[in-house]
Amino acid sequence: MDGDDIVLEVKDLVTAVTVGGEEVRLVDRVSFVLRRGRTTAIVGESGSGKTMTALSLLRLLEPPVRVAGGTVRYHGRDLLALTERQMAAVRGARIAMVFQDPLASLNPVLRIGFQIAETLRAHRSMTRAEAERRAVELLRHVGVPDAEARAMDYPHHFSGGMRQRVLIASAISCGPEVIIADEPTTALDVTVQAKILHLLDGLRQETQASLLLITHDLGVVAAMADDVAVMYAGRVVEQADVDTLFHAPRHPYTRALLACAINLEDDRHTALEPIAGAPPDPRRRPSGCPFHPRCPDAVPDCRRIDPALQAVSAQQSVACIVAQRAMADA
Amino acid sequence: MPELLELRDVSKSYPARRGRGRGLRAVAGASFTLAAGETLGLLGESGCGKSTLARLALRLIEPDGGTVRVAGQDFTGASAAATRRLRRRVQIVFQDALSSLNPRMSVGVNVAEPMRLQGIGSEKERRSAALELLDLVGLRPEHADRYPHEFSGGQAQRVAIARALILRPDVIVFDEAVSALDVSIRAQILRLILDLQQRFGLAYLFISHDLGVVKRISDRIAVMYLGRIVELGAAAEIYRAPLHPYTEALLAAIPVPDPRRMRVRQLGVVEGEAASPLDAAAGCAFRARCPHRMAVCDQATPELLPVLGRHDVACFLHTAPPPPERKAA
Repeated sequence: MDGDDIVLEVKDLVTAVTVGGEEVRLVDRVSFVLRRGRTTAIVGESGSGKTMTALSLLRLLEPPVRVAGGTVRYHGRDLLALTERQMAAVRGARIAMVFQDPLASLNPVLRIGFQIAETLRAHRSMTRAEAERRAVELLRHVGVPDAEARAMDYPHHFSGGMRQRVLIASAISCGPEVIIADEPTTALDVTVQAKILHLLDGLRQETQASLLLITHDLGVVAAMADDVAVMYAGRVVEQADVDTLFHAPRHPYTRALLACAINLEDDRHTALEPIAGAPPDPRRRPSGCPFHPRCPDAVPDCRRIDPALQAVSAQQSVACIVAQRAMADA
Repeated sequence: MPELLELRDVSKSYPARRGRGRGLRAVAGASFTLAAGETLGLLGESGCGKSTLARLALRLIEPDGGTVRVAGQDFTGASAAATRRLRRRVQIVFQDALSSLNPRMSVGVNVAEPMRLQGIGSEKERRSAALELLDLVGLRPEHADRYPHEFSGGQAQRVAIARALILRPDVIVFDEAVSALDVSIRAQILRLILDLQQRFGLAYLFISHDLGVVKRISDRIAVMYLGRIVELGAAAEIYRAPLHPYTEALLAAIPVPDPRRMRVRQLGVVEGEAASPLDAAAGCAFRARCPHRMAVCDQATPELLPVLGRHDVACFLHTAPPPPERKAA
């Protein structure tokens, strides 16, 4: 894999909000790359900073939350340095987003076909009629049956799964190079989820776009991802290809998370091994490693040393001094 | 073992608005039993009627037909006094614990509220019972004086469990009680739920759309589709050898947290979407999406029947169709 594959490179991204004169970091020195035609998953629990990371990339943060540091390079150009006008040309066209709640992302009083056409017309010089014809094609492409008639319907006429298809049609309308999908199937039933995952994966394969998938669901990660970043308390604590992450995790948090995931072989007699405690409040993060108060492997140094994400092999990085020392000794 | 909860042929329909269209059949002829110390998982996707069934079991809504028995006594036709007494024995924990608690009452008062409503104990006795229950669910005494909004999702769910336990019920219904929780917190609450059951021999009706969670916690599983229980059997057997094509489809659609075992291409896809549970004509509700559809599936509605050496299923692939009026080909 050479560097030419890299479409988007996030480096030391910091997203913060000032509360009572103090800077609170919601995303803390996050780095990762998205490659052409590959799916990268960011997995974490609520409050880990995964959605904030996605919103930061697209510069969709609501003030007073702001990007306080780092770079987001899209083909080498730092998106954070663009004017709002320049950014508007990238957002939706080159980098598109699919949210968890399609109803909230669609305008309830406008017909579906019209809404997709508007996205197209915002980025392409097209007549209304051309754009609406293209909208119907897109709906057909994402598997909306009877697309011509459905384009004339309003969002509330669609089921949850069909609404998500509509949103995906809109996201791919301008042929983006990056698709960011934030919990795209979390609100859906499992049989509907399977179809949406098939659709997203098929589109990625067909268009060779990079897919950034944000999810809390380890099953979805295992099914979809090529590369995975695990987030905890605003930090990326481990990064690896999907096989290494699931079969040779190094960070104690990743291991604990995998132990909490439910395997279908488990039954009521399988021991449950929950992680004690809860993730820290971003205003009161512990010193040193943010995971140390819950960590089974913590040593006294963990209270003092804030671990940086370091490569322990060609395909794996981890932010844990215990794991780093163990790998160095091995 | 005495059945603590028994539903027999329970149905609930909602009539069409002013004669427009057909009515909605939320639950059609559901039957199951629940014994002490046992967990029955109720699995289904949105709109299948599982939450309606839970509310029928608690008589939060009244069934159109069928009977609900609690500890052998008729709950459906019970007098006001008997209803009040039987209500103590069946409690519920909802998905959104925070909104099921009264935001103006301290957590201690919230937990003791069922005692007050039942006219049990003095204020002091209720307070001490609440403290005891908070301790039991892993909260500290000082939590009693805080208000629900100060609690995280996992803590609020512990409070809701304490409140469900305070009347010493026999049966607790969990309606998507862990669905909104993060993985690490969900594991903590599942562990608590299992521990409490062992300690008090409680019977659980555990409702969820998540097969992994249901299988993790249940002895038996009932699968619902469009208002009907379509399959019912031992949890391990439902998982290992499902009989109903819908259960098979559901199992195939679940992504397994192991990239070596399953990638997205292997996820099963079932045709179409669930129709709304209208008061439809005869026929199996799943037939339009079923890969094994036969002529008989259009003509008769399959009943939940035992399959020899296996478990119960409502599907003509496994049970004999009813004898009458089959047209000769």
